[in-house]
Amino acid sequence: MKKLAIHILLIIFIILSCSNEDVQQYAPTPSLLKIPELFENNILKPVIPSDNQQTVEGIELGKKLFFDPILSGDKTLACADCHAPENAFTDSSRFSEGIDGSLGKRNSMPLFNLAWNYDENFFWDGGTFSLEHQAFIPVSDPTEMKNSWKQLQQELQKHPEYPNLFQKAFGTSKIDSTLVTKAIAQFERTLISANSKFDKYLLGEVILTPEEVDGFNIFMEETKGDCFHCHGSDKNPLWTDNIFHNNGLDETFTDLGLGTITGDPADNGKFKSPSLRNLIFTAPYMHDGRFTTIDEVINHYSEGLKNSSTIDPLMKKVAQGGVGLSIQEKSNLKAFLLALSDYDFIGNPDFIND
Amino acid sequence: MKKNLLFVLIIVLSTISCTDNSNNSFNQANISFNFKHNWDGTSITNSDFNTIKFINSNGENLSIERLRYLISKITFTTSAGEKLVFNDYNLVDLTYASNLSYNLITTIPIGTYNNVSFTFGFDNDANYNGNYADLNSVSWNVPAMLGGGYHFMQLEGKFTDNNTQETGYAYHVIRAVDNTGDSLIFEDTFFEVNFGSVTISDDTIFNIEMNIAEWFKNPNTWDLKVLNNMLMPNYDAQIMMFENGQNVFSLESIEQ
Ligand code: HEC
Ligand code: HEC
Repeated sequence: MKKLAIHILLIIFIILSCSNEDVQQYAPTPSLLKIPELFENNILKPVIPSDNQQTVEGIELGKKLFFDPILSGDKTLACADCHAPENAFTDSSRFSEGIDGSLGKRNSMPLFNLAWNYDENFFWDGGTFSLEHQAFIPVSDPTEMKNSWKQLQQELQKHPEYPNLFQKAFGTSKIDSTLVTKAIAQFERTLISANSKFDKYLLGEVILTPEEVDGFNIFMEETKGDCFHCHGSDKNPLWTDNIFHNNGLDETFTDLGLGTITGDPADNGKFKSPSLRNLIFTAPYMHDGRFTTIDEVINHYSEGLKNSSTIDPLMKKVAQGGVGLSIQEKSNLKAFLLALSDYDFIGNPDFIND
Repeated sequence: MKKNLLFVLIIVLSTISCTDNSNNSFNQANISFNFKHNWDGTSITNSDFNTIKFINSNGENLSIERLRYLISKITFTTSAGEKLVFNDYNLVDLTYASNLSYNLITTIPIGTYNNVSFTFGFDNDANYNGNYADLNSVSWNVPAMLGGGYHFMQLEGKFTDNNTQETGYAYHVIRAVDNTGDSLIFEDTFFEVNFGSVTISDDTIFNIEMNIAEWFKNPNTWDLKVLNNMLMPNYDAQIMMFENGQNVFSLESIEQ
């Protein structure tokens, strides 16, 4: 009985697929993320939503949109202006200027390895879930691109190239905000950085200087820098935990960070740990860009910690201002941090506007 | 391929359910473990975190901001002395209320078992011979300079001593290691937690309790003023944690 049913089903399928042949269902070309060896060996797979798989055409469209000032209200500002390839996709100002010169209140964030943010909490305060949702925000943010989605959809729709590119990427030339954000998210997921000197060292391809080795030890040693509890390690090559902490910047908060999102006072002053990759390209540092150099950051952890009720328990020795590194230790720690710079990433032609 | 398997499974399952619709048709039972937490009997969830409301046996007032710990090798010992060992692990994270419930990946035969146990942390084989992507991804590693492997527990928060300023503590449990000499000297600190005999007659839930206060109590009265941070490379502190850990777990109840 069952066998018969399966046969009948099969026949129906075959008939259906035969009659469908001339309709020619269009499908864009799948493009798998190239997962770096160190990631493959050590950490979980990247997060790619089932309804937005990576495709060659989608990524290409996303890239074009990312670099195109058409997204902003007066067509002067692209995502890439605040997220520039040469700055590991952040910018060098403390606060970025929106189209009418207004300043946001947070430092722009570098964009790489975003598909490995497993909890998918984006922004300094984790305020948006998923890259697709994130991309909705800057377009209409009055301090950023100050556009309206309705207007942007119309502009893209009457553009000479975009309708065709959407057709290729998504099988429809009818442009809407969802498809725009999907394409951008696809491009963002390709921004993978895993080729620093330290990565090559972990793969056994290069050796480190004694200063870099010592700096890494300071980073890992609980009695010294003790950075690894929040900023990754040789086993977590993202160099962040993507979790929210108060790392002792202030006694009182002007920006509540995670607390703005959760409404829980215990979250006040907590921000997402940034990755320590590519620091050489991403100054200034912290959510408000208060530090202009890596030395200032190291001094902060060494003797500049400020106590507050939500400071992370891992920020030990607050009473003494911090972990108290010697001049030599600071300089070695910095040498190690600089070994996390990925020059191939900022020079990658796939990521540069052409 | 996976889809095919699923398909086959579905067919197998539906065939089975046709012939007998009781759960334990093969005399098998599903087993799960719930992890619950208390402070000397007062139940704790993550909503009790971040406020100083507990008092340890040394008289310090403290809060909890983060608690996660690893259990592994759940084992059922039959009356014949045979061991059913699950070579799996579960990272309980009370901070985000994740993995508070854990289902064994396969069923076990119903019957009476002489003992049910798990390992707190990882034994040395699991600790050093595996590279676990899920644990690495949540930064659960121990630095290579301390021998590598994984944390067993991270308990963090703040304490005050006679209402002085709040100080952070990070009670991190790892395999004890003395790194002061030329080579590392280790002492095992994982331990087996035994719950005694149990009769499994149907699907079963084990409700496991951790009394967090025990970590500070017995046999070593923990002095947070002295031992609050940088405890990973502190060999003696790790031994004391191991000793205090012996009585933190108990089997609160069994639901069948
Ligand atoms: C005016 C400058 C500016 C523009 C234009 C801009 N951004 Fe941003 N971007 C920022 C700032 C500032 C933040 C951090 C905001 C916060 O945390 O509140 C940010 C954060 C992000 C993040 C979060 C990264 C993380 O790790 O959490 C992503 C992703 C991002 N932007 C993508 C985009 C995209 C895509 C566009 C174009 C559609 C864009 N940005 C346009 C300034 C800008
Ligand atoms: C308790 C977790 C924690 C520890 C431990 C920690 N950090 Fe951070 N780190 C953070 C957080 C959170 C931020 C972002 C804070 C903000 O902007 O408000 C940050 C920011 C940074 C930045 C700025 C990066 C950027 O792109 O803006 C650097 C550099 C840095 N940390 C290096 C270190 C070093 C070096 C150590 C060890 C000495 C260390 N951190 C220890 C959590 C931590």
